[in-house]
Amino acid sequence: MNGGNGIAIDVKGLTKSFGGREVVHDLSMQVKRGSIYGFLGPNGSGKTTTIRILCGLLTPDSGEGTCLGYDIRRDAEKIKRQVGYMTQRFSLYQDLSVRENLEFVARLYGLADARGAARDMIKRLGLSGREEQLAGELSGGWKQRLALGACTLPNPQLLLLDEPTAGVDPKARRDFWNEIHALAADGLTVLVSTHYMDEAERCHEIAYIAYGHLLTHGTVEQVIAKSALTTYTVTGEDLNELAAALTGKPGIDMVAPFGTSLHVSGRDVAALEAGIGPWRERSGLHWQKSSPSLEDVFIELMSRSRDNFQ
Amino acid sequence: MSALDHSAPAHEIRERFGFWKRSYAMLVKEFIQLRRDRVSFAMIVMLPVMQLMLFGYAINTTPRHLPSAVLLQEDSDLARSILKALENTAYFRFLYEVHDVDDFDNLLKSGKVLFGVEIPRGFERAVRRGDRPALLVAADATDPVAASSAIGSLGMVVQTALKHDLYIGDPPDMPFEIRAHARYNPAAASSLNIVPGLVGTILTMTMLIFTALSVTREVERGTMESLLSMPIRPVEVMFGKIVPYVLVGFVQAFLIIGIGVGLFGVPVLGNLFLLALLSTLFITTNLSIGYTISTLVQNQLQAMQMSMMFFLPSILLSGFMFPFAGMPAWAQYLGEALPLTHYLRIVRAIMLKGATMQNLRFDTLALAALMLLAMTIAVTRFRRTLD
Repeated sequence: MNGGNGIAIDVKGLTKSFGGREVVHDLSMQVKRGSIYGFLGPNGSGKTTTIRILCGLLTPDSGEGTCLGYDIRRDAEKIKRQVGYMTQRFSLYQDLSVRENLEFVARLYGLADARGAARDMIKRLGLSGREEQLAGELSGGWKQRLALGACTLPNPQLLLLDEPTAGVDPKARRDFWNEIHALAADGLTVLVSTHYMDEAERCHEIAYIAYGHLLTHGTVEQVIAKSALTTYTVTGEDLNELAAALTGKPGIDMVAPFGTSLHVSGRDVAALEAGIGPWRERSGLHWQKSSPSLEDVFIELMSRSRDNFQ
Repeated sequence: MSALDHSAPAHEIRERFGFWKRSYAMLVKEFIQLRRDRVSFAMIVMLPVMQLMLFGYAINTTPRHLPSAVLLQEDSDLARSILKALENTAYFRFLYEVHDVDDFDNLLKSGKVLFGVEIPRGFERAVRRGDRPALLVAADATDPVAASSAIGSLGMVVQTALKHDLYIGDPPDMPFEIRAHARYNPAAASSLNIVPGLVGTILTMTMLIFTALSVTREVERGTMESLLSMPIRPVEVMFGKIVPYVLVGFVQAFLIIGIGVGLFGVPVLGNLFLLALLSTLFITTNLSIGYTISTLVQNQLQAMQMSMMFFLPSILLSGFMFPFAGMPAWAQYLGEALPLTHYLRIVRAIMLKGATMQNLRFDTLALAALMLLAMTIAVTRFRRTLD
């Protein structure tokens, strides 16, 4: 295998600006072969730009690194042969049928038997009987499945998926993730950007990126532990009133309602406990110290980064 | 839906003939897309047929049934014979026969007639004596094209008419003079000149627009992003997008020439194979230019506008609408830089004059040079990244 060191993506100091606005700032990351790496962050945080740099669609202003052992600046053509890139917007040909789209991709990559490869993929995707349907007429879930099929057709070593499950129903989303895990089990490396927390939790490793800065990375447990966030879960009556009272108080960094409970978090345990002190003993409220959820961590990171970078 | 079945064997990738395979992949894709696009498909056939009918029938520089008057100052058999011959050509329709100069002038002035013939007193006798008397022709020159064509055809018509007449045998010269100096000698029928010209014009327009939209359409539909992430080179994209339309252009050229020959009786004196060969060169040149436009602009609207920017001078400066030799030097230089100029010379020469490759070397080389120039610009301008 190329590189052979067990690292699929290894980049340092990537920077990219558009029209004077820095979209990616000094970004470094490493992705292990065969792992599923989740890329999280608010809209416009530079996720898509980073993915495009990795697959050679954009040239970084500065920074360097390798993708599958190939230099991202010099060997873009070689990288393209081994990488499957699924764009955020459906980018297969809407006026071509399922079969024609797959055959087109198979031919472009020089598969010896393009028709056979397309036929096999149609079977694998469960699209038998629909091969002559135009891609533009498929439902959202099927489109996304077809797009994934087109990406994996030339047997890539790395999949770059840019918000692949946006706007797809939960069942299709679950199937999609089962598929991604199956592909990773076969040795494929997958870098996937998403907004969904449940999807983030299904990744082997995650990175959080906001305003072009990579803020934290690691396994889900590591990211939560690194955040040093303390969270209390409150249940009881008049939670809206409580939320309004607590927001902005010293020591309390974040207040977020979760269904019938309220998450109150702070970076400094002592300050947090001092802050919530007056309400701890109030009747009708039940306080419980809990570990923060991934979402708590991300929202806290996001609000902090907004202060720092905007 | 369930997780994919992974039991299928992996398909092998072969690196040989990669260029041809990728170009072929692109070509097949373009063909399918063209076939699905019914409107464009209809345009391929409708555009040449419509243009040909309009130019061939509606727009005709050869006059038909020009309202005319005759000023008869003698009532001789020869005069009658000439008038009959003129009327038989169907160019003129004699509405008035007057004997007074003032009436004659008024008819022309009021626009009741566009054309007048004056047969002077003693005309027949003068002809018989061999004095070459003048047959006076007055034309309403506000429509110079119609007038001059009519005048141009007059001499020939009258002479032919007189040949059949008993009055003269087969004289080498006209037995009389036609006194109308605005002569340029157009071909007897304008469709002879227009049909070959239309081949070039229609091909320029359709070929240019088809490829000018091709790259921007991929960008606008979002398919360019995934196309660029795949291992295809700019030259391969270009070939894949140009080749299907070479066939389209061929169909159009075939249609126009076919209708021209069948309906308008345009001859093809030269070698059809040579015509096909050089037409292919011209088609490819236009496709390359359209493709170049596609790599220069941001969206489909700009592509259309830029195509028009190229198309207009092509029509005006190529010799399609106005005689090339009549243009000032700078305009002629501009014209030489347009493929249509060279193709018009080629197609007219082959169809109407039976020219051979030997006669057309310069124009062929010029077309090839323009094609290579356009292709070079296109390939270097094609952006391989989204930067």
